[in-house]
Amino acid sequence: MATVKDFRNEVRPNWCPGCGDFSVQAAIQKALAESGKEPEEVAVISGIGCSGRISGYINSYGFHTIHGRSLPVAQGVKLANRDLTVIASGGDGDGFGIGLHHFMHAARRNMDITYIVMDNNIYGLTKGQTSPTSAQGFKNPKSTPEGNIENALVPAQVALSAGIGFLAQGFSSDIKQLTEIIKAAIAHKGFSLVSVYSPCVTYNKTNTYDWYKENITVVDTIEGYDKTNRIQAMATVMEHKGLVTGILYQNESLKAYEDLIPGYKEEPIVNHELPLSEDFLTKTMKEFV
Amino acid sequence: MLEQLSWKVGGQQGEGIDSTGNILATSLNRHGYFIYGYRHFSSRIKGGHTNYKIRISTKSRLANADYLDILIAFDQETIDFNSHELRENGVLIADAKFNPVAPEGKQIRFFAVPLTKIAEENGSAIMKNMVAVGATAAVLGLSPETFLSYLNDKFLRKGEQVVQNNMNALKAGFQYVIDQGIELSDLKLAPGDGVERLYLTGNDACGFGALAAGVRLMPAYPITPASEIMEYLIKKLPKVGGHVLQTEDEIAAVTMSIGASFGGSRVCTSTSGPGLALMMEGIGLAGITETPIVIFDTQRGGPSTGMPTKHEQSDMYAALWGTHGEIQKIVVAPSNAEECFYMTVDAFNWAEQYQVPTIILTDLALSMSDQTVEKFDFSRVSIDRGNLATQEQLEAVAAGQLFKRYEFTDSKISPRVFPGQKGGIHHVTGVEHTEVGRPTEDKNIRNKMMDKRLGKFDGIELPNSFSFNGDEDFDTLLIGVGSTAGLIDEAMERLQAEGQKVGHLHIKVLNPFPTESVQKFVSKAKKVVVIENNATGQLKNIMRFNGVQGEFISQVKYDGNPYIPSEIFTFVKELN
Ligand SMILES: Cc1ncc(C[n+]2csc(CCOP(=O)(O)OP(=O)(O)O)c2C)c(N)n1
Ligand code: SF4
Ligand SMILES: [Mg+2]
Repeated sequence: MATVKDFRNEVRPNWCPGCGDFSVQAAIQKALAESGKEPEEVAVISGIGCSGRISGYINSYGFHTIHGRSLPVAQGVKLANRDLTVIASGGDGDGFGIGLHHFMHAARRNMDITYIVMDNNIYGLTKGQTSPTSAQGFKNPKSTPEGNIENALVPAQVALSAGIGFLAQGFSSDIKQLTEIIKAAIAHKGFSLVSVYSPCVTYNKTNTYDWYKENITVVDTIEGYDKTNRIQAMATVMEHKGLVTGILYQNESLKAYEDLIPGYKEEPIVNHELPLSEDFLTKTMKEFV
Repeated sequence: MLEQLSWKVGGQQGEGIDSTGNILATSLNRHGYFIYGYRHFSSRIKGGHTNYKIRISTKSRLANADYLDILIAFDQETIDFNSHELRENGVLIADAKFNPVAPEGKQIRFFAVPLTKIAEENGSAIMKNMVAVGATAAVLGLSPETFLSYLNDKFLRKGEQVVQNNMNALKAGFQYVIDQGIELSDLKLAPGDGVERLYLTGNDACGFGALAAGVRLMPAYPITPASEIMEYLIKKLPKVGGHVLQTEDEIAAVTMSIGASFGGSRVCTSTSGPGLALMMEGIGLAGITETPIVIFDTQRGGPSTGMPTKHEQSDMYAALWGTHGEIQKIVVAPSNAEECFYMTVDAFNWAEQYQVPTIILTDLALSMSDQTVEKFDFSRVSIDRGNLATQEQLEAVAAGQLFKRYEFTDSKISPRVFPGQKGGIHHVTGVEHTEVGRPTEDKNIRNKMMDKRLGKFDGIELPNSFSFNGDEDFDTLLIGVGSTAGLIDEAMERLQAEGQKVGHLHIKVLNPFPTESVQKFVSKAKKVVVIENNATGQLKNIMRFNGVQGEFISQVKYDGNPYIPSEIFTFVKELN
């Protein structure tokens, strides 16, 4: 059985020292090993951004795609090989800016993939512009020197509205919690979002480790919280302006997309014999006579 | 006896225009005639004038004729909009119900047939299409029995009586025309050869070709005039364990295709101009990651929303060059439904053999018009997935090492491997990369990788990149692409009949462009005319871009309608 080491490779991430994304990388590797996966059974599909580099830092099959499109690529991979553990991944700009509608559609479509977003409330790779999750008033010398005049998007709210079946949030400072969440997300049969507050130490001087620590509520500390209750999940998310971590919502009764496709086989498409019988083709051609 | 004639039925959308045309076309196709059916349609679903034009011939004619012999009108609008196409002494059959007014200033044979009334007498007004077909049969000297097999196929599951009612309506229409006693013997149709052939659109043939080629996944977004490819595969893929996913947009369609291909499936998507524009960044990703995907682009009138239900061939530049940076692609352009089938199969093989994004360019006239073609020969269908890593290659990868998915090879093609395979782990990225897919900015590797990707077609001409027919010792060479093939052939025949020596070169692969072969033909010609449906002469410029030397006369048409044969004939004839 593979250990966490098997999911590591020789590449040294080019993230800044202290970047929250290191913890996300570690948590994914740990979660994969603890979920009993083998590296070749896993495909990590990432977008573009500092965070998007993550597919190159995990020893598994990996595809570093284009900005905002990790989810459609990941869904394509899953359709071709339903036996794979598919993880899509990227930043807040990637997933909730340029790729927002792919996220909403992936959530409602509900294919069995896990989407891990590293939300630093900023565009890191392009050197620090305001992001869709940056708060109103967010001051940033690059994009919003006078303060952000737009409202921030709350990804968890969007996810719940889109009909997601598994919603969790984490924080880079708590690798243990994050690992458990990712394991649960991978085990969930359907689409899962794990949105991680993952500070950018270089460009975001507002949403720092300390700031998150002060503002985050761990959902397990909320008495009587019922993660199967979507209305409570929405209310809690709204109440905390999104700043809650843990598994916020899970609906295990939703069927995954793959299980609803008419005629779709248990055997992954990648293993199908492609040529069709002469008989089948001839019958099909008859429809045009 | 007539070797060919043109017939049209017109009325309001939703009035059964399509079904009227289909009964006639399918039945005559079954009797060994060659049919070319061209549907007029607009984006509106209900209401508004529509018509269906059918050319019936004893040999293959893949174009509309210059004029109409017979017009069936379900309303006055049809007469007002279409009678200018009717030839002198042509036949107009109109429903007596709307008190039709015959067009002025034209000698025609006019029948006000109580189509609706006869239909009602036989059971229901919707059967006026049968009455109209019966009237047509009388004009053409065909027996009503000609249509029996179609009626059986269509209505037998609803009961004998339904078939009988329809047949009665048809016969009543037939008899009504006969009873008028008007001379029609000049319209008697020569017999068909009785050979069973297919009657299908380019879109049908593309969809069927993809199925035969082993496609299993199709992420796509609906758009006119491409949706039928998707709709065809929506019906068929579940039968073979595959799936069509209707995506949120064309960006998702192309990127999901890339994921599916990386995952190991044969995959395609389909679109038209606006969607192709959205796919550009994704096509670049397929290019740099050498991920084979197949994209159908059925061209329509552009730019922007342009003329969505009209014909044009104006996406050639976009298909060839539309992405940032520099990549290789295969761009093929079938010219009829038969080629749509076989070239789609080729395209799937080539995409995987060369590991490049591959675009199958059709145009509205080809994708939407029904045509009679010979039955497909499935012994010509084979599936070749190109260079896939062998078990030995995978086992040879040392523990902790990555698979060289982008290995430098003499052929410039590297082995592919699919996730799930042990020993095959590698990284794929749209960033410039090393042989194992690690990002790099090393200038030597960069140069080598660019040369590898761009050099895949060095010295390569794909099979059937063009076709030639006509006089070997031509003076005039007519060059076209896509659906104009049938038109150019007809124009050529007329020019030949006037004593001209004419050849017809049709380009079927736009990239890699068959420059050397095309040059040989061009060099032999005294006059070269490049015929296409766009404003700027894209095909002509693509030939020049690819180094074909010569003087080209450009004939272009971009009003949204395909040519008619006489337009090409007259244009070439009047050149001096
Ligand atoms: C189509 C496109 N537009 C813009 C860019 C430039 N770009 C690269 S990453 C990025 C934003 C990254 O922000 P985020 O997704 O939050 O990732 P982070 O770097 O913060 O991890 C942008 C705008 C691009 N690569 N592609
Ligand atoms: S710029 Fe920010 S997000 Fe990017 S690596 Fe550095 S700390 Fe991380
Ligand atoms: Mg970010």
